[in-house]
Amino acid sequence: MEGALDRNIPRKTWMGLLAKAPEGRVAALLDATTARPGFTWLRAPEIGSAMIRGRAGGTGAPFNLGEVTVTRCALTLESGEIGHAYIQGRRKADAEAAAVVDALMQTEAADKLRQSVLEPLASEMTEAKSERAAKAAATKVDFFTMVRGED
Amino acid sequence: MYVAVKGGERAIENAHAWLAEERRGNTDIAELSIAQIREQLKLAVNRVMAEGSLYDPDLAALAIKQARGDLIEAIFLIRAYRTTLPRFGTSRPVDTAAMACDRRISATFKDLPGGQILGPTFDYTHRLLDFKLAADGEIPDAPLREPEPGDVPHVTEFLNREGLIEDAPNDETPPPDLTREPLEMPADRALRLQALTRADEGFALGLAYSTQRGYARNHAFVGELRIGTVPVEMEIPELGFAIEIGEVTLTECETVNQFTGSKTEPAQFTRGYGLVFGQTERKAISMALVDRALRWEELGEDFEGAPAQDAEFVLYHADNIQATGFLEHIKLPHYVDFQSELELVRKLRREAEASQLQEAAE
Amino acid sequence: MQAETLSGGFATPAVEAARAFRSVMEAMARPGTIHDIRGAEPPAPLSPAAGAVLLTLCDAETPIYLAGAADCDAVRSWLAFHTGAPAAGPSHCMFAVGSWDALSPLSDYPVGTSEYPDRSATLVVECPGLASSGAALKGPGIKESAFLSLPEVQAFRKNRALFPLGVDFIFTNSSRVAALPRSTEVS
Repeated sequence: MEGALDRNIPRKTWMGLLAKAPEGRVAALLDATTARPGFTWLRAPEIGSAMIRGRAGGTGAPFNLGEVTVTRCALTLESGEIGHAYIQGRRKADAEAAAVVDALMQTEAADKLRQSVLEPLASEMTEAKSERAAKAAATKVDFFTMVRGED
Repeated sequence: MYVAVKGGERAIENAHAWLAEERRGNTDIAELSIAQIREQLKLAVNRVMAEGSLYDPDLAALAIKQARGDLIEAIFLIRAYRTTLPRFGTSRPVDTAAMACDRRISATFKDLPGGQILGPTFDYTHRLLDFKLAADGEIPDAPLREPEPGDVPHVTEFLNREGLIEDAPNDETPPPDLTREPLEMPADRALRLQALTRADEGFALGLAYSTQRGYARNHAFVGELRIGTVPVEMEIPELGFAIEIGEVTLTECETVNQFTGSKTEPAQFTRGYGLVFGQTERKAISMALVDRALRWEELGEDFEGAPAQDAEFVLYHADNIQATGFLEHIKLPHYVDFQSELELVRKLRREAEASQLQEAAE
Repeated sequence: MQAETLSGGFATPAVEAARAFRSVMEAMARPGTIHDIRGAEPPAPLSPAAGAVLLTLCDAETPIYLAGAADCDAVRSWLAFHTGAPAAGPSHCMFAVGSWDALSPLSDYPVGTSEYPDRSATLVVECPGLASSGAALKGPGIKESAFLSLPEVQAFRKNRALFPLGVDFIFTNSSRVAALPRSTEVS
């Protein structure tokens, strides 16, 4: 299946997937998979920003482009695992769901979550991206030479 | 002299109430939702995000609704909100070469790898009002085509291989941030680019146009213009590694400009750069032209006295919130200032009359 | 990363940071006075007071110099998680924390510039005790005179001589805080 993820998916990759998921999607997939475990907040969800940088000329010295809103939180499961979330936007419920999945991915439930949360997320995102890329490709110009003048 | 007065509270409250009513307009007409503004007035939302310096489409849409469509007022609201946010960190510089492009065109090379991708552009529309939009209508699905795999390389890379264009070497100097430290002259390029990306679109457009008409001659080609999404990656201190925290749409414009060479440099092409939040093509092209004009000193060109070459003039006047704040404050009460001016004019007139009378008498 | 190094932040950040800020502000505004400051449980060797000061005043844009014993993994991770503040050497820091001996000499710290005297370091000095006795203090915020148990006198007099440049001091012990701005004369 397209979007099937490696069993040893790195934490960096799954955290990125969780962060980029559409609003409410992680919670929906999580709750359809398992009952949420008990946890305590290390850091309750809070809204802030991150400064996005670009590079002059695309490759040169960095400059500050502007900020983006970010929600973050951290929690500890009753079994001790720590889950973090940093996600774009002002979405406290989504940050909580992402941190719960992050923590559960460090437990024995990892396989189940990979299959029923991360893989659907990955394939949905790939699908959305390819549809957009296909629309862009349809607007690609195919030049053909009418006349090559020489007078 | 300073005189504090009171007494406008009720008038102000009532003005606010009426403003809210006027904002809503005729209640027989359905109210706009934030989602409608976000989805259907996307370019207005993009402008508010770019000049408000905060990427959050829902907030920008809310600001537009609250500001009754006055985009500078909306940008003001976003700037004010932005100051309340704790900053969690700084992203790694975004990699625009890995952009998922909606649009990518070059005015300098017809057959470039990756091709000319028009994207959802106004360019080839006939600018005729479409009265079908006045009635609700179904729109047909946009056609699809199998995309070519892989990243789309930057046009300047090809020129760079031949040494025909100046290099933009990698450099990891932490850039200054004008939202944290006051703007100081001389401003390095990183600071200028930050000021330009959040500059008023109209101001940037006017300056860029002036360079095209000969005020700081720098004949620019759009080497490449691309619009699309890039992931935003940030180092998370408590994790010890970087993660993608989201994705933003950006417009990037790289101009290729003639450069006849200087005492130290051979003839080659030089570059101007624009990078702006959202689909904001006019702004990104303007930014690139003004960036190039401001680079006269580092490229060993002459200062021709053109407004677009004058960093102090450009940077101190490019911000529409600063500009509108100072401009609009003159409509607020200046009763005491004006009283003293009035006294002065009366006194001068009295003196002039007296001296005329005296002359007549003599 | 262990949960212990991540716990011990403010339970209700907005409220506790506002209270802690009030304590630091009062201490700084009235040199010689000692105030309670609570809410943080940082890892050893940081005192709860020093922890609360750093949680309140530091963020990703304020490099911190951890001097001496304070420079340990537990403190570094705790500060990284709760404040995001990067670590720095004494010459590039905006805050420094440690014992007086570990923080000395003062000549290493930024003292600001004549255009921006605020671009200087604030030293959080962990003290074995705090008392309103010892060195005599005079200056803004002091009606006639005040006293504070300072680790020494000479260094503070030299710092006062730099005014309007110079560094500022926050003294911490257990859950108490006092302060000495650069404007105070010490004898």
